[in-house]
Amino acid sequence: MSILVGKDTRVLVQGITGQAGAFHTEKMLEYGTQVVAGVTPGKAGEKVHGVPVYNSVREAVAASGANTAISFVPAKFAYQAALDVIEAKLPLLVIITEGLPTLDMVRIKKRLGSTRLIGPNCPGLISPGAAKVGIMPGYIHTPGPVAVLSRSGTLTYDAVFQLTEAGLGESTCIGIGGDPVIGSTFTDLLPLLEEDPQTEAIVLIGEIGGTAEEEAAALIKAAIRKPVFAFVAGRMAPKEKRMGHAGAIIAGGKGTAMEKMAALRAAGATVVESPAGIGATVAQALSTRRR
Amino acid sequence: MKLHEYQAKQLLAAAGVPIQRGRSAKTPEEAAQAYETVKREAGGGAGFACNIKAQLHAGGRGKAGGIQVAASAVEAAERSKALLGKRLVTKQTGPDGLPVSAVLVDERLSGGIELYLAVTIDRSKAMPAFLASRSGGVDIEEVAAKDADAIVRVPVDIDRGLDTAGEDQLLNALGLTGPAAEAGRRILRSLWTAFLATDASLIELNPLVLAPDGRVLPLDAKMTVDDNALFRHPDLAALRDESQEHPLELQAGRIGISYVGLDGTIGCLVNGAGLAMATNDIIKLCGGTPANFLDVGGGANVEQVTQAFQIILADARVKAVLVNIFGGIMRCDWIAQGLLNATQQLQVKVPIVVRLQGTNVEEGRRLLKDAHRLNLISCDELEDAARKVVELARS
Repeated sequence: MSILVGKDTRVLVQGITGQAGAFHTEKMLEYGTQVVAGVTPGKAGEKVHGVPVYNSVREAVAASGANTAISFVPAKFAYQAALDVIEAKLPLLVIITEGLPTLDMVRIKKRLGSTRLIGPNCPGLISPGAAKVGIMPGYIHTPGPVAVLSRSGTLTYDAVFQLTEAGLGESTCIGIGGDPVIGSTFTDLLPLLEEDPQTEAIVLIGEIGGTAEEEAAALIKAAIRKPVFAFVAGRMAPKEKRMGHAGAIIAGGKGTAMEKMAALRAAGATVVESPAGIGATVAQALSTRRR
Repeated sequence: MKLHEYQAKQLLAAAGVPIQRGRSAKTPEEAAQAYETVKREAGGGAGFACNIKAQLHAGGRGKAGGIQVAASAVEAAERSKALLGKRLVTKQTGPDGLPVSAVLVDERLSGGIELYLAVTIDRSKAMPAFLASRSGGVDIEEVAAKDADAIVRVPVDIDRGLDTAGEDQLLNALGLTGPAAEAGRRILRSLWTAFLATDASLIELNPLVLAPDGRVLPLDAKMTVDDNALFRHPDLAALRDESQEHPLELQAGRIGISYVGLDGTIGCLVNGAGLAMATNDIIKLCGGTPANFLDVGGGANVEQVTQAFQIILADARVKAVLVNIFGGIMRCDWIAQGLLNATQQLQVKVPIVVRLQGTNVEEGRRLLKDAHRLNLISCDELEDAARKVVELARS
């Protein structure tokens, strides 16, 4: 039944009165997500698209029973905002904001406790037909058997669109973020998808930099039986250059797309060569399996 | 953000790391004065030798003639004159090289054992980590490739820092014993202080030298600080040397666009870094060569699209442009209008293949079709668009 977000998700929006917070609160509500509270210090009593605003996470949770937080708080203040959610022991925090200092992320990750973090610098996650906790366009998704885990934003949308057009649908799509240190990596989330009854196949969208794909490959080989289809962006990237995302950099010769593709292939994942071929490859493979 | 060696050494010295006596210089006259100062501080006599080291944001300068020796103030001025203001081409700079904006005049230290010491972020563990090796003064990537065990990695708790056991492990990896080990221990602590205080992504001492007189100090220092943290380090932000950056990348950065120059003929304009990388990839797969990576970001209004085009077309090698936009919040009809306005305003002559997908895509495509622009070609599928633009770039 998808993972992490669904019909029981009750969302609290941090930074709800800001431009991005307000806009996406409306979009999430339109999608059918239960957005039950917002937090902007000093703005308690206001309403944003009908959602009540509180001064603090603690007050918001007490009043609304929120169990998930999505943060649009600007990078400079994001660390404290995250700590507020962790202190309130919410099980899930999604940080959309780009630009968090890496050492702040190191500190946040250390202090997570029982809170799972998705992001930062990500579009969030969506279980089509159930809940959207993020900024992705809802209409390109449809409920179905394919999960998507991605370090990207618009590339994820493109892949999802291909899957939907191919007659497949998605169980849960998670943008894990483009930063060098993130709350949940591929290896954190793959086991959840392996256990999820709705998910029959997994699409993994990686990119240059770091070792997330190599680590995912090791886990896929050892413990993931569902078919994995992977695309890794950045074959054309020069070394030592940051390609947009803070984490997309080939450093010290490591983290190239070719290495990642080789590791995933060796682990038994199907590596899709062209970004335009993701939907077709998955559709073909799944229809073959079903026969 | 990269820092120059002389800036890194100043920051490290402030944190307690011993460094060679030295002064930076931006003109030959300053270099001559720097020589005299360093000579005086070192108590040197006639013929006292100093290094004249080119300062640029790339390694490999030694083999490229970027490190000279001066044994007098006159020589210091002459050697500096030959380096300053010129572009130095090293193995790491690419064929265009980088301009030498300053030189570091520092005391020569010869002999000694060359070691390697660095602090960086271990992304996999989401923790800082120290790296240490007895193979200093060489390319650490090559060391890692030949023998992974030659480099010892010690992760560090962000709050507690290195404990004694961690320090001992690193000192052992460096082969330091006795007084040298104590000197090394102080350096480890200072390095950690500097790393936290500057929100560094990397501090690399290569080589860290155990000198014949027992001193332990870095002969070179490479430092990169986290761009995302610069808002809380205005003093570090002020150290930025824009001369070391590609002018188009600089221009793009100023308006919130990510741009990286490549060496092909097909310009790219995309929204989203992953999609932009994937667009470069598919061009290559279809037999073409991308001229740039460009992420116009989530905003993508007419202003930004126009500026993005200006930047792409500033590269004279561009023969055709591929625009790949997946409209999420951003509507395709707004993008289409932005494209029409921008290309009109700039009188763009090269062919532009446009692939739009997402919100209001039909309206967007219709706008483009109705504009009847000869050099604006719409393609619905990314692969078709890539093939088309590759063909156009060839003709």
